[in-house]
Amino acid sequence: MWNNFLISLEIMGKGMLGIFAAILVIIAAVWALGKATGKKKE
Amino acid sequence: MEFLLEGILSITWQQAIMYVVGVALIWLAIKKNYEPALLLPMGFGAILVNLPQSGVLNQALEGVGETTGVIQWLFEVGIEASEAFPILLFIGIGAMIDFGPLLSQPVMFLFGAAAQFGIFFAISAATLMGFDLRDAAAIGIIGAADGPTSILVSQVLRSRYVGAIAVAAYSYMALVPIVQPFAIRLVTTKKERRIHMEYKPGQVSKTMRIIFPIAVTFIVGLIAPSSVALVGFLMFGNLIRECGVLGTLSDTAQNGLANLITLFLGITISFSMQAEAFVNVDTLLIMGVGLLAFVFDTIGGVLFAKILNLFLKKKINPMIGAAGISAFPMSSRVVQKMAQEEEPGNIILMHAAGANVSGQIASVVAGGLVIGLVSSFL
Repeated sequence: MWNNFLISLEIMGKGMLGIFAAILVIIAAVWALGKATGKKKE
Repeated sequence: MEFLLEGILSITWQQAIMYVVGVALIWLAIKKNYEPALLLPMGFGAILVNLPQSGVLNQALEGVGETTGVIQWLFEVGIEASEAFPILLFIGIGAMIDFGPLLSQPVMFLFGAAAQFGIFFAISAATLMGFDLRDAAAIGIIGAADGPTSILVSQVLRSRYVGAIAVAAYSYMALVPIVQPFAIRLVTTKKERRIHMEYKPGQVSKTMRIIFPIAVTFIVGLIAPSSVALVGFLMFGNLIRECGVLGTLSDTAQNGLANLITLFLGITISFSMQAEAFVNVDTLLIMGVGLLAFVFDTIGGVLFAKILNLFLKKKINPMIGAAGISAFPMSSRVVQKMAQEEEPGNIILMHAAGANVSGQIASVVAGGLVIGLVSSFL
């Protein structure tokens, strides 16, 4: 049980890091897209 | 005449409990309007699969051999073999989502990420309760606040608790208006809940709307490859919506396809609600951990907003963080309602909607990451 708990903490760290990494890259992509396509209004 | 009574006499007490569970789910769906599209088929299915020698399950008949039951067949083909039902549902969900409020204020993406904390908290809590890593991860994913993702992850990880997890996921999604205000009040002050936020959306071009789903598929696919099926079909549906040349397909995905798959998914998932697997203490523990997951999703999002506020001149209403869960649009409506109650005229709906659709993306990323990370430890 304790071994699984320790693994779950590792999963928590890596998981949250992975989510934020993906989201930050998406934000950067959206920012870049906004700059590149900003002149074309809907 | 004995053969007429055979069925009645062979009902077990566990099956009797499942009839009550089935009727309760149907009651919640009809009377309380709690996720009726899913809970009603699941409730009716729970009754079907628990009738003695039910013909919706494979049965060995004397002199005939094995017969195929339709619900078991649907489960084996549509969920067990391919996870096709939950994945196909994502086309419809993607076609329904307008990412405009999010694209016009990209910072809202962060709240979607923060509000996935409950998943990982629940995984840890489940391991402390004695569940093995595979089942703990499947239970924790209830915190994705996203039924199809919960079903898919628990199925991919071959959890024994797919039925209980699906029931918990959809039940708590329906209970967001009760669970979230409670959790938000735990970690915010009245003053914080009254914070006003100016809404100055950036412009979102059509080109951006078209490139966005393709770009997200690449980015998420490369960072969390296990989530490609989820995010890929979500973004495929969104591309159909935004491309502007597939209006009919977009309508079909949003209505016909989504309704059809929802109907099949609900009745099919009831296969995993057979009495012998469902009626046990573990199911109650799963419901408890699922509730923890939703509470800590909310707390994670709110606390993240409060941390950001330490560095910002223009403060964010921390309730926005709570809208980062995937339950769309219910969560953003709950947050707006609370803001309105605290101070009439306080409109934060568009910010909350941005965080809320971000939760849709973040939850499937989380699902993929959980699959990838947990399988590396099995």
